Amino acid sequence: MTEYSSPLPRSPLLSVLRQIGNTAVTLLVTFIGLLAVTFIISRVVPIDPVTSILGERATNAQIEQTREALGLNDPLWQQFAIYLGDTLTGDLGTSIRTREPVLQEVARRFPATLELATLATVLGVLLGVPAGVIAATKPGSWFDQITRLIGLMGYSMPIFWLGLMGLLLFYGHLGWVGGPGRLDAVYQMSYDFDITPYSGMILLDTALNGRWDMFANAFSHIILPAGLLAYISMAYISRMTRSFMMNELGQEYITTARVKGMPEYRVIWVHALKNVMVPLITVVALSYAYLLEGAVLTETIFAWPGLGSYITDALMVADMPAVLGGTVVVGAAYIGLNMLSDLLYRLVDPRARA
Amino acid sequence: MLFDPTIRRAGALVVAALMLGAAPSALFAATPADTLVIADAIDDIVSLDPHEAYEFSGLDVINNTYDGLIELDPTKPGELVAGLAESWSVADDGLTYSFKMKAGLTFSSGNPVRAQDAAYSLQRAVKLDKSPAFILNQFGWTKDTVDSMITADGDTVTIKVDKPFAPTFLYNCLTAGVASIVDEETVKSHEVDGDLGTEWLKSNSAGTGAYVLKSFKPNEGYVLEARSGYWRGDAKLKRVFMQHIPEAATQRLQLEKGDIDIARELTPTDIEGMAGNADITVQQDVGGQIFYLAFNQKDERFKNEHFLNAMRWAVDYQGMVDTFLKGTEVVHQSFLPSGYLGALTDTPYSLDVEKAKAELAASGITDTTIKLSVRNAADRMDMAQSIQNTFGQIGITVELNVGEGAEQLKEYRARQHQATLQSWGPDYPDPNTNSSTFAENPDNSDEGKNTGYLAWRNAYDPGAMTALSQAAVLEKDPAKRVAMYEELQKTSRETSPFIVMFQIGYQTGMRATVKDFYTGGATDSVAYWLVSK
Repeated sequence: MTEYSSPLPRSPLLSVLRQIGNTAVTLLVTFIGLLAVTFIISRVVPIDPVTSILGERATNAQIEQTREALGLNDPLWQQFAIYLGDTLTGDLGTSIRTREPVLQEVARRFPATLELATLATVLGVLLGVPAGVIAATKPGSWFDQITRLIGLMGYSMPIFWLGLMGLLLFYGHLGWVGGPGRLDAVYQMSYDFDITPYSGMILLDTALNGRWDMFANAFSHIILPAGLLAYISMAYISRMTRSFMMNELGQEYITTARVKGMPEYRVIWVHALKNVMVPLITVVALSYAYLLEGAVLTETIFAWPGLGSYITDALMVADMPAVLGGTVVVGAAYIGLNMLSDLLYRLVDPRARA
Repeated sequence: MLFDPTIRRAGALVVAALMLGAAPSALFAATPADTLVIADAIDDIVSLDPHEAYEFSGLDVINNTYDGLIELDPTKPGELVAGLAESWSVADDGLTYSFKMKAGLTFSSGNPVRAQDAAYSLQRAVKLDKSPAFILNQFGWTKDTVDSMITADGDTVTIKVDKPFAPTFLYNCLTAGVASIVDEETVKSHEVDGDLGTEWLKSNSAGTGAYVLKSFKPNEGYVLEARSGYWRGDAKLKRVFMQHIPEAATQRLQLEKGDIDIARELTPTDIEGMAGNADITVQQDVGGQIFYLAFNQKDERFKNEHFLNAMRWAVDYQGMVDTFLKGTEVVHQSFLPSGYLGALTDTPYSLDVEKAKAELAASGITDTTIKLSVRNAADRMDMAQSIQNTFGQIGITVELNVGEGAEQLKEYRARQHQATLQSWGPDYPDPNTNSSTFAENPDNSDEGKNTGYLAWRNAYDPGAMTALSQAAVLEKDPAKRVAMYEELQKTSRETSPFIVMFQIGYQTGMRATVKDFYTGGATDSVAYWLVSK
């Protein structure tokens, strides 16, 4: 990194601007790379979009006409240039299946995923970080063993199975939580008419509209899928926290603090944890990004109308503009989260402020 | 101490609160008493404009929000009843029909239903020219001619056709969704840039049906609300709420729990699993889709009658139904699905290894390896493997060519397959829909490119059947017309390179309180307005 080794003194403002500029260029290049990869994949898969649009009864003239209209007869580079231009100006194309603008559909589906992933990540962090810290302070204890076992189960059990079993137990037998979907039928029907959609996230919107009955119902529906996803991310977060923490607790400054007679909870939760935060931010950001893109199976089982199920449904009927559009949005969210964790580094770690 | 004492106490409080909150509450009641709650996979819906909708789930909505001049009786499959027309007649030359409209009916907007609305609707469907328009185009109606061929005068609609078709052919086609009558004034008031109001009708309704479309979200669900004064009698339930829930196991759980009234995507395993549950009933009926094997006659072996016969006797029709298909298909061996006018429902073929071997020997064919193209879907793979097994028993080696649906269709349409396992769904509720494609091939040359004819796709020249099928669609005497289709099906079954095996079965899981849910069977769509619970 030349900027760190540069011998010339420079103003802090310039440095920040340069950092932002570098990040922006990196982001743009990454984004174009993402577009190129998704575009190429969409063109090499053996799915003929024309057949999926027109179906069994199409005449040959209709097929040729549609190929022309979709620009499929143009050279590949030309198709990519058009695609790139459209995407960068916010035009993600039109869904083959519904003939709605993909951007509009994605905008409707994304809040559902965002809500689920956010709640799951919050729960995952709230449970995973303390569990990891406690396990690290008492390695080999029963708490540590159980945390590791739970973590291992979270890693290794297929989410599809876990989801169905969760539904069967908590919804089917115990009746503690609401079933699949975001609301009970009776609320779902009135949702469109009674609620002003500020964000598309039901918990937030019902709260802002003061409909606490609906909020409670929405909460009973989201808690199981969110809890399930939280479990998966908790498994990851607690393991990583444990190993970072173990490493940190062996440092000399910890010994110094203890020798000085500092209370143990301050040593652990303030001094050690603060230094663990830096790598932990990356872990949390990655796990959040994973939930934003990867909750496909959970969304299917829980009939959650989010982005994951949108992309899967689209893939099943070879609706490539919808698949590409959804993928681009997920990719953009991924890149955005990376940038966010970069910024957070600088807040948490003075060394990264350079 | 690992924790600050204050934090310890606060933590204990939070845990206690969470445990209380998780206790069972009264959140989970049964479905509302005046609402029918259904779970189905409805991601096939493209538009809810009746003149564009051409998918199963979309037509279910259309059937409950619109009516046509003539309707099908939902309780008696295939039977015609009066719709918005009170009576109708055909002139002696068979080219001109008159429909007299019922008096005093209104659209959901409150506008009266006029003959002009009916004429406008049929004209609109032709001019809009979406997928189902071809059903109407068969009568010689084009964008240029339709205004003069379909006219309204007072309470009468006059419809002209370009050939003296069998009247039942026109009547059956008029029951299709594409012939639904829309409210001209309402639709025109939502026209944008000459789009004939189609953008608005995609997610709104303007019909005479028992229900009005209240909301529709693609791939999520829709809400229908009953209107009062429906001409067939008011709907028994005030609302219909459809949720898009594609996962069968999820549907089953919700049905057992009472969170939904009807589940339409259950698997045989789910059905079996609910067998002992007194709260659930399972309704079994058939749809219009048929499954068939087709052999491309560019390969000379498939012109050999004995070879084809050998294969007809080497399919384990009943065995497949009894083992893995279990109610999702029923054995059916003619190209018209049962429920259609003139459909043959007898099943003369069964697995008979000895007979099949004898036919194979009589064929004189020694190269008995065939390549069977099949889509990579679970039910089709199961069927293909069963066929591979039983064909193997008589000495025919089947190599499976497994592929994605669209690719297989491309191969089929290009006549590049050898043998293929396919399904076919009829386009409209008249026997001509299947007869024209299975039994007609006006030009068998490659240059003909008659990809719309299944006979052409298999390089099969049906000979005299083409003329017979073309005559059947013009036959005025309904009894004679039936006899003609029976003959066509019989000949096709015994001589063509098609082996029809199954007709699709619908298994609907319902709460035991739900009564009178008619799926529409092979020819029609769901009738929600009759359902009670």
